[in-house]
Amino acid sequence: MGDKPYHDIPGTVLFDAEQSRRGYHLNMFCMSLMKADNRAAFKADERAYLDRYPMTEAQKQSVLARDWNGMLQLGGNIYFTSKIAATDGLSFQQIAAKMSGVSQAEYAEMMLKGGRSIEGNRSSKEVAGG
Amino acid sequence: MARITAGIATSHVPAIGAALDNGRAGDDYWRPVFAGYEASKRWIAGKRPDVAIVVFNDHASAFSLELIPTFAIGCAEAFAPADEGWGPRPVPVVKGHAELAWHMAEHLILDEFDMTIVNKMDVDHGLTVPLSLLFGQPQEWPCRVIPLAVNVVQYPPPTGHRCYMLGKAIRRAVESFAEDLDVVIFGTGGMSHQLQGPRAGLINRAFDTDFLDRLVADPVSLARAPHLDYVREAGSEAIELVMWLVMRGALDDRVRETHRFYHVPASNTAVGHLVLENAG
Repeated sequence: MGDKPYHDIPGTVLFDAEQSRRGYHLNMFCMSLMKADNRAAFKADERAYLDRYPMTEAQKQSVLARDWNGMLQLGGNIYFTSKIAATDGLSFQQIAAKMSGVSQAEYAEMMLKGGRSIEGNRSSKEVAGG
Repeated sequence: MARITAGIATSHVPAIGAALDNGRAGDDYWRPVFAGYEASKRWIAGKRPDVAIVVFNDHASAFSLELIPTFAIGCAEAFAPADEGWGPRPVPVVKGHAELAWHMAEHLILDEFDMTIVNKMDVDHGLTVPLSLLFGQPQEWPCRVIPLAVNVVQYPPPTGHRCYMLGKAIRRAVESFAEDLDVVIFGTGGMSHQLQGPRAGLINRAFDTDFLDRLVADPVSLARAPHLDYVREAGSEAIELVMWLVMRGALDDRVRETHRFYHVPASNTAVGHLVLENAG
């Protein structure tokens, strides 16, 4: 990725032109899961279904591994990748917990206590600088 | 003539719709959320608007990456609730106001807002959850609805200032429509939230409070806030808040704050809500 004024925002991939180009086929695969027949075909043989799309091998592996952060790095957009979660029967909050590396119970508790604080989360420079 | 008389801002969290649809609105977790809308429900039931213009965003339901309109206006007679992967929400079909919507499209384009005209569009939680919050669970929605979709998924969305100016153009368009109609406008989405990555769950109450205050009293300066202020301070999905500026632009410079509600959390999100009435 090039140097953009938002690349210092920690734990965040902005879905900009670069990411959208990189992730087009990954996201269009996700979009196909809006149809019940496609969800069934994907569940029956994930690898074979993914091979219908001209995605990179890394993108396919990230889907197979349900590497939610990896998918975002490789051009996935959360509104699209969440369709994989829906296919798996997972809620938005469940994958949010996975992406932030905590259990669902810990994540839900954090939200009940007011959510993740902005303090220390504005910029990687802030994090590094203390 | 038709007139825009009030504005409604509200978050459109999908889990709110699911809670209502699955009979969980009375749960301890959800009760405070719905309680925060009770006064507004009574207000709008008494007001009985003819038309609601709902400024919302599609979440990869009607629009994929094949086509990404920055501003799109729904000109169809009706809009079906979208299947977002779990089957469509069990809510009424949204009936449009095609005559006013087409009038607005023409007027806005000649006013130099190059709208995309949409004749077929399923509407997802971005549009139906605000209707549920204000109108409850009726057999039919009590007014006509004009969906106005704004891209906030692909960066960059339109600027806050552009959204605010669109609101002003919408007002001019509505006021040039001959029929006597009481029109309200919804700005939806937000408030602070981030759904993606290791920073998911970000909430910034101070940012949200300031946004609510300035949307009411100082929208001109608020409209100049750059995108990265929203993203950095309030989360990648908080950028949806630019849609509230469309609503605000369509109202008088001075407004009366009839209702305000703020609550954390609804799933991953801070819920914010305002009812604003024109005050000259």
